Amino acid sequence: MTAAAEGRSPQPRRLPPWVRAGWRVGSSIVVTLLGLLGLTFFIGRMLPIDPVIAIVGEQAEQSTYDMVYKQLGLDRPLYVQFGYFIRDMMSGNFGQALFTGNRVIDDLRRVFPATIELATFAICIGVFVGVPVGMLAAVYRGRAIDHVARMVGLIGYSSPTFWLGLMGLVIFYAALGWVGGPGRLDVYFIDVVDLVTGSVLIDSAIAGEWDVFRNAFSHIVLPGSILGFASMAYISRMTRSFMLEQLGQEYVIAARVKGLSKWRVIWRHAFRNILVQLITVIALAYAFLLEGAVLTETVFAWPGFGRYLTAGLLAGDMNAVLACTLIIGLIFVGLNLLSDLLYRLLDPRTR
Amino acid sequence: MSANAAAAGPHRRRLHRWLTAEVTTSPQQASLQRLYFGWLRFRRNPLAMIGLSILLALIVIALLAPWLAHYGSNDQDLYARLKPPSAAHWLGTDELGRDIYSRLIWGSRITLYIACLVAIIAAPVGLIVGTTSGYLGGWTDTVLMRVTDIFLSFPGLVLALAFVAALGPGIENAVIAIALTAWPPIARLARAETLTIRSSDYIAAIRIQGASPLRIIVKHVMPMCVPSVIVRITLNMAGIILTAAGLGFLGLGAQPPSPEWGAMLSTGRQYLIGAWWLAAMPGLAILLTSLAFNLFGDGLRDVLDPRTE
Repeated sequence: MTAAAEGRSPQPRRLPPWVRAGWRVGSSIVVTLLGLLGLTFFIGRMLPIDPVIAIVGEQAEQSTYDMVYKQLGLDRPLYVQFGYFIRDMMSGNFGQALFTGNRVIDDLRRVFPATIELATFAICIGVFVGVPVGMLAAVYRGRAIDHVARMVGLIGYSSPTFWLGLMGLVIFYAALGWVGGPGRLDVYFIDVVDLVTGSVLIDSAIAGEWDVFRNAFSHIVLPGSILGFASMAYISRMTRSFMLEQLGQEYVIAARVKGLSKWRVIWRHAFRNILVQLITVIALAYAFLLEGAVLTETVFAWPGFGRYLTAGLLAGDMNAVLACTLIIGLIFVGLNLLSDLLYRLLDPRTR
Repeated sequence: MSANAAAAGPHRRRLHRWLTAEVTTSPQQASLQRLYFGWLRFRRNPLAMIGLSILLALIVIALLAPWLAHYGSNDQDLYARLKPPSAAHWLGTDELGRDIYSRLIWGSRITLYIACLVAIIAAPVGLIVGTTSGYLGGWTDTVLMRVTDIFLSFPGLVLALAFVAALGPGIENAVIAIALTAWPPIARLARAETLTIRSSDYIAAIRIQGASPLRIIVKHVMPMCVPSVIVRITLNMAGIILTAAGLGFLGLGAQPPSPEWGAMLSTGRQYLIGAWWLAAMPGLAILLTSLAFNLFGDGLRDVLDPRTE
């Protein structure tokens, strides 16, 4: 807390402005990080299960129990335990995941690329559909396309993604057979391609294994589109309101009066001005995709981060749950910071 | 409007005249007038009216559940398992031969119960934190807003999942977990409102008269923040319902055999290919409810916040 308060108070004159700005941002990051750690530590302490019994079992002798109790550091005062917790988390030592038998950090390394691949696929759909739809809705404000876009967007906001996933599976997989079923690949394609980048799509394309690529694509297209639907709703809504603001400006009228064509003004002039705002929106949409991924991955048996988290939850494995929560928090804070920095960097008005 | 009122009976006409009088004679009349004008504006928005009708229908259904449902929520008929929608079972039956239509109706009570309880917990907490933080400023503000930011730096569902993991599954714990993730945006909003109110003249006047900070916050700042807090919680209600259904779906919210919609969906998932209606119907109910809250909330915001026009 001290750091944040000092960051706001005026600094001595001799420090250049970028140092002061850096100090303010840096101290707020440190405080937020400590807060994230504190909150996860607190959640871990609320646990009604005795962590010692979770390890040694109900029938353990008292001496074994006491030994593990000491090993876990539970006899120390709470603030010392918090210190250990911070040290462990900072060094990536999240402990053992009891339900897989591996170290949590190794599990996370394995599952994370699958989620990144899914989320990236989804954000591409969100951007390449959402931005044009939002532009059209703004240009043809109040016409049919505007209303349709708004209704589709509202449904995107309001639908439970896990339900859309299930219905998608019923229709496009079971009934029509257009797409692959749950999972990343069919059984006979698994381990054909070595994972280098972690993305099956990219790796199979590099290796020239087009059968694998087609199979992977047929598996990702449904969960990716459904996940992308919600972010498309958000992106198109924001694009529309940014565009409306620009189209009301005088420079748009001036450019039209000068004889430029309508779409040239829209793309070359108005769209350029909303780019910076759009980038921040897309960064935030990406962060929210990670939340949607938790449920979507469960439905599609996608071997990613979200399914790992829910499996850990159902097994009551607090090490895995806390690590996942902390990492999602970090990514969230990171993306927020990134969008903030991009905004400052790209928008000359903020200088 | 006047023609409309003239067509109605004399009582209604007099009421309309009283509600639109240019000069009000009592504070009650003034505040009722504000409500009436708000209602007139709200009524112009067809989508918002659709949302409101769905919500009212939902409340009526929940209240009249014993009369509307054809069967009890757990009445089993093992001879009629997994039957598709028909005249006897409007939305089909599930794996234990329970009537899905009846279970959806009983489940509306649970959905409304969760939504109301979360609103009742989260709105006051957010309001108190936000107004205190905004009015007192300084250290209190720094500390409270840091805490708010930390809660905001997790996606709602993930934080709710972590809390439920620690508290244990169940509907009450799900409510607590969702409420814990629902208050920060409200606190942010209330603080922003308070900052603009704090510097206004009437607050200065009360302060000079010697009112304590507590009295100013409770009596003079909070009432001004209430409308926007109500709109925000209504808009967030859709998200709250989706999170609750998500928790139920993952088996961490309401537990079977409870007819909670998310839990029903979760069971339906196992029979997805052969009996799609098990999962489709509760999902449609969730979609409709959250859509209604979104439509209603949008309309409410247009009425209370003229800037959006």
